[in-house]
Parts: sequence; C-alpha cells; structure tokens
Amino acid sequence: MKNNKGRAISPGYAAVYLILILWSLTTIFPLAWSVMNSFKDKKMIYSNSFALPLGEAFSLENYRNIFAGYDILRAYRNSFIISGSVAAAVILLSGMAAYILCRYRFRGWTLLNLLLYAGMMFPIYSTIIPVMRMQAKWGIVNSPSVGANLLSVILPQIAGNMSFAIIVLIGQIRALPVELEEAAYMEGCNMFQTYFRVVFPLCKPSMVTVGIFSFLWSYNDLFTQMFFLRTRENWAITILLNNIASKEGVNYGALFSSVTLIVIPVLVVYLFLNKYIIEGMTVGAVKG
Amino acid sequence: MGAQIYKNKKLIWVFLLPAFLFMVIYLYYPFIQNILNSFMHIKYMGTAGGEWNTPWYKNYLALMSDPKMKIALKNTVITIIATIVGQVGIALVLALLVSNIKKGSGFFRTVFFFPIVVSATALGLLFNLVFLYDKGMINQFLQFVGYLNRESNQLIDWKSKHAMFTMLTPVIWQYVGFYFVILLTGLASIPADLYEAATIDGASRWQCVRYISIPLLRNSIGTCVILAVTGALKVFDLPWTMFVNGMSNTWLTGTYMYSKVYSDVDYASAIAVVIVIIGVILSAAVNRIFRQNVDYQA
Repeated sequence: MKNNKGRAISPGYAAVYLILILWSLTTIFPLAWSVMNSFKDKKMIYSNSFALPLGEAFSLENYRNIFAGYDILRAYRNSFIISGSVAAAVILLSGMAAYILCRYRFRGWTLLNLLLYAGMMFPIYSTIIPVMRMQAKWGIVNSPSVGANLLSVILPQIAGNMSFAIIVLIGQIRALPVELEEAAYMEGCNMFQTYFRVVFPLCKPSMVTVGIFSFLWSYNDLFTQMFFLRTRENWAITILLNNIASKEGVNYGALFSSVTLIVIPVLVVYLFLNKYIIEGMTVGAVKG
Repeated sequence: MGAQIYKNKKLIWVFLLPAFLFMVIYLYYPFIQNILNSFMHIKYMGTAGGEWNTPWYKNYLALMSDPKMKIALKNTVITIIATIVGQVGIALVLALLVSNIKKGSGFFRTVFFFPIVVSATALGLLFNLVFLYDKGMINQFLQFVGYLNRESNQLIDWKSKHAMFTMLTPVIWQYVGFYFVILLTGLASIPADLYEAATIDGASRWQCVRYISIPLLRNSIGTCVILAVTGALKVFDLPWTMFVNGMSNTWLTGTYMYSKVYSDVDYASAIAVVIVIIGVILSAAVNRIFRQNVDYQA
C-alpha cells in the first residue's frame, strides 16, 4: 500500500492503524465473547471463557432454558408493538408540525420554536412522576389490559422523541425546493395534499432516520419500562432482560444467551441501516 | 406569486396541534408539576400532592444534609469529568487518526459507533460478566497473561474494590463512537487548502493537527463537551444494571432519584429538580467557555 505521495507505508501510518484496530476490538470483542459463551454450558464457560464453542463444547442448553423459563417471544412482540407505534407516530406527527414551522410564519411562531428547543432539555427524571400520576388517573397504568399498559409506555415515548424529530425534519424540509410546492398549489392542491403528496415523499431519507432513531431509543429505554411495565405479560425485551439479570444472578449461561438475544435484532438492523442511524443520532444531537 | 401559497393559514393548527399537544401534556405540564411537587407532601406514587410542606423548601433542606445525595453528587461530578476527559478525549484522538488515513474510515465509523445502538441494559449485564470476580473476562485475562497468579487463583474484586472504575469504563466506552462521529464531521468541514498551504510552508503532519485541526475544531469540541455533560447527568440504565441500589456507594443523581421514587415521592421530585438545575448551569458554563472567541466559522 502506498500513500498519495508515492512513499511506501511508514511506521507512523502502521501505528495509526494499530491504534484504530485496537479500539475496534474493544467494541467487537465483548459482544463476540458473549455470543460465543452463550453456546457453552456452565462448566465450559467456567474453565475457559475464551475458547470457541466447537464440537463437544457446543451446547444449546442456555437457549433452551431461557426460552422455557421466560416468554421471550411475547417480550419481542411487546417491544415491537411499542417501538413500532412510537416510530410511526413520531414520523407522522413530527413531519406535519415541521412542515408548518418551516414554511409558514404566524402569530406564536417564535413561541412554538422556543417550546420546541426547550423540549429537548427535560431529562426524563423531571417529568416521570407527574406522568405516572396522570396516566394512573386515566387508568392505563397497572391495567388488566396489556394494550393499555403498552400504551402507557408508547405515549410518553412519542412525546420524548418529538422535539428531536421536528428539528431534524425542519432541516430537511428547508432544503427542498419551494417550486415543487408552488406547482402543487397551482394545480389546486390544498395544504394536506401538498404535504402528503409532495413534501412527505421527498423527505423519505430523513423520515427513515427519525423512525429508526425513535425505534431504537424506545427499544432500549429501560427507565420508562421500569415504571409502566410491571408484570410479566407486559414485559418488553429490555425490562425482561433486567429481570432475568436479577433472577439468574450466577447462571452465566442464561445471562450470555439473553444478552445475545436482545442484541441480535439491533445488530441486524444496524448492519443494514448504519448510515441512517449514525446520521440521525448525531445530527439530531448537534442541532439540539 | 412567491409565498402566496403560505398565506392561507386557517388550517395550520391541524398539523401543529397533535405534536405540540403531546409535548404540552407529556413534557411541559409534568415538568412544571414536578417543580410544584417538590414543595408538596405526596403520600404515594401516582397520587396528587396534598398540602405544601412546612417549610415549603423542606425537601431541599433535607437534600443538603443527605449523605447519600452527597455521594451521588460527588459521583456525578466524577462521572462528568471522566466523560469529558475520557469520551471526548479518546474520540478526538480517534477522529484525528481516522481523518489522516486513506482506507477503512467507513469501517471504523461503523464499528466505533456500534455500542451506542445496543441497549445499556444489555451492556450493563455484559460488563457485569466482563468484570466478574470469579472467572470474569478481565480476571481470566489477567491470569492468562500472568499478572494475577493462576495457581493460587488470585482474583481482583472489581465491583467492590474499584466500583467507580468498573462502572465508568463501560459508560465512557459506549459513547466514544458518538463523539468520534461528531468530531469527524467537524474535521471534514475544514477546507483542504488550509492543510495544503501549511504543507507547502513545510508544516509536518503533527503541526497541521496541532495548529489547524484542533483550533478549528473548537466549536465541535464545545458541542461534544455539552453533550457529554448533559449525557453524564442522564446516565441511568448501565449503572442501574451493574450496581443495583447504589451498591458499593456508586449512587448517581439519577439512580438515587429512582431509588426514592416509590418511598418518598416528593423527595424524588426535588432530586429531579436538582438534576435539571445542575444540567442548565453546566451547559451554560460550557457554552461560555467554548463559544467566547470563535476564531473560525465554517
């Protein structure tokens, strides 16, 4: 390999790559280690956790136990209902608000923008207690209906992602050529048609970013789940994992396999969509 | 015709209302309610505040002499400093290195960023196993390389002897990639001709970094420091999974607030208010430090 000046690769260059590869190992190895050990029984984990689970050492015991002891599939289902609804609602509602805030000027515009940026500042700690009380009054907390309990997580999570999403989408809509909307207006489109037929389709990349970000944030958010999903049949995947951790304290095999189970779907999504994810998370944070 | 189409504003509220209704009901209203709650007496979680405390600032008075709150504040300060130095520092080094290589930057970006999308709960569990006393990854490794005596099964009890280190390592490690991407984006916006001119004048690689990259990154670094500070105040899942109930004196303001939420609701509200106040003060301070003399505008 040669660099652009035509010299052979220097020791300095090699050192740079060495450092970068070492840091990559710290992000890859712990997870690989976890996947590896999830396929070994307790004795094998104990004798050498760095050995590969090959031949004799390979075992599906941990997975059998975890699927027998916990309703993993129900937790996945609950998680996908919660996070899917959050992502869909955030995309729909934030896009509409972003369109108006970007293209229209009206009384209260400054105030709404102020509220928008302030919305990024509230840590969840400072709102959770009143939210709990409010939702308890509505009867959607500790309700016998699973749907109601899931709703009690969905609603605050939608609100929690709204400011971020609107800010990202305003940036996107501002970059669109106004001429397209004007043409739609000339053709007789009203505000709804202009938005849903012209603006929304053009914003797809940012919508994807916003959707993935909201989905992942919701999927991983333990704090809200700890408040509103308190019984087995309501557990989503993150709270399930937390409960497995406290019950299976020294059953390392169970811990390794449950960590693997929660991370795999995220890993798959990340491998395909990392461009959108990285962009969404950093752009949103920087603008806020 | 210009902005003619945006003159008809009769129906814009249909588009604005749902989003802002969510924020009013779930953010602004509870936020204000929480401040009021911190001055009231609340019997159970989920019930309304009854009367005002006497004196009304009773909770804040109690907070000042609460030994656990002192630990939580101290640990939070340690966490903030560790995240600024550790996360932003490591991220800066990695970003400068990656900006100087030709091949593989996309790969490193993807790999470095990966831990951020993994739930902190899973990482907490994973790092519990990494730092496990008996046969954890680190102890096994240290025995393997001979730092710890294998024959006598010598081990290090990370979670009780080095609790803060054990907790902060994964917290810092997880978000390095995040700041790395922000700084890399900042580096990419520095015009290439600056480096070219410097190189023609005989500047070395290191001089380019020291006198061009770092000064011009000032704004990006400032953004990172603000995010690191507010992020450090929000951290919850990972410490909670690794050290339930402030085990080994690892309370942070967030975990301490949660531990109080069911036993003393209004006290927990007061802790939440303190978290917000610290966040606002620190962000304002960091903003002042980094935005004062902007020597370069991208």
